[in-house]
Amino acid sequence: MNISSALFLLIGSFLCVSGGVGILRFPDFYTRMHAVGVTETLATAMILIGLMLQNPDGLVVLKLMIILLMTLFISPTASHALAQAAIHNDLMPELDKKEDNEKVKSSNP
Amino acid sequence: MRHTIFLSLSLTAFWLLNSGHNTALMLSFGAISIAFVLYIAHRMDVVDHESQPLHLTLKLPGFYAWLIKEIILANFLVVKHIWLGNKTISPTMVTIKASQKTDIGKVIYANSITLTPGTVTVNLEGDQFMVHALLRESIEDLQAGEMDRRVTQLEN
Repeated sequence: MNISSALFLLIGSFLCVSGGVGILRFPDFYTRMHAVGVTETLATAMILIGLMLQNPDGLVVLKLMIILLMTLFISPTASHALAQAAIHNDLMPELDKKEDNEKVKSSNP
Repeated sequence: MRHTIFLSLSLTAFWLLNSGHNTALMLSFGAISIAFVLYIAHRMDVVDHESQPLHLTLKLPGFYAWLIKEIILANFLVVKHIWLGNKTISPTMVTIKASQKTDIGKVIYANSITLTPGTVTVNLEGDQFMVHALLRESIEDLQAGEMDRRVTQLEN
């Protein structure tokens, strides 16, 4: 039980780190938001499942499930609000300009 | 009426889960606060089929199972491209058409798009969704319309 819990926590931590690296690495606001998407879905789920396995019999499991459910409902709403605020303030995304074969841009901030 | 009963039942379950106390005093406090919340909800006129989508209850589990599978696959894809670097991503912004009739169907669809890493619904006007994607393939998947079809099936 402890091993599976540790495994879930490890995967969750790796996904969190990946999300963080993505935020630093990606070129603009919108692409960075996709990196956050990893942290707020699978990484959260993995860490919470790992915590559930720490104490599988008790009220804690149900509470953690409620937290997971709330996160999955709230985070897309927050992401959408952020993205909409950005587009309404005329922040244009850096789009991929190539028409299927020619590579035009590679930009780092 | 159905919606009020369902709301009070779910509030009761939520209270019991969060407290864990079962002395008479605490239970009566719980009952009082639930009654108060129900009163406020009725005054705000928010107890209806939109806040309590009972008609979706039977169809939701199947949709959730499919959505979780999609979310896990999309997570692997995005993590792969985070580590591969900026050269491999192809940010795209397109407008897609949603086939849902009701507001709640559109909200479920837009939220499902945003919940899947790699795609974010930026703006929503009528049945036109403006979607930003990290990869061109994700947009092509959305345009193929599997998610759209499943959400529409859910609302009927």
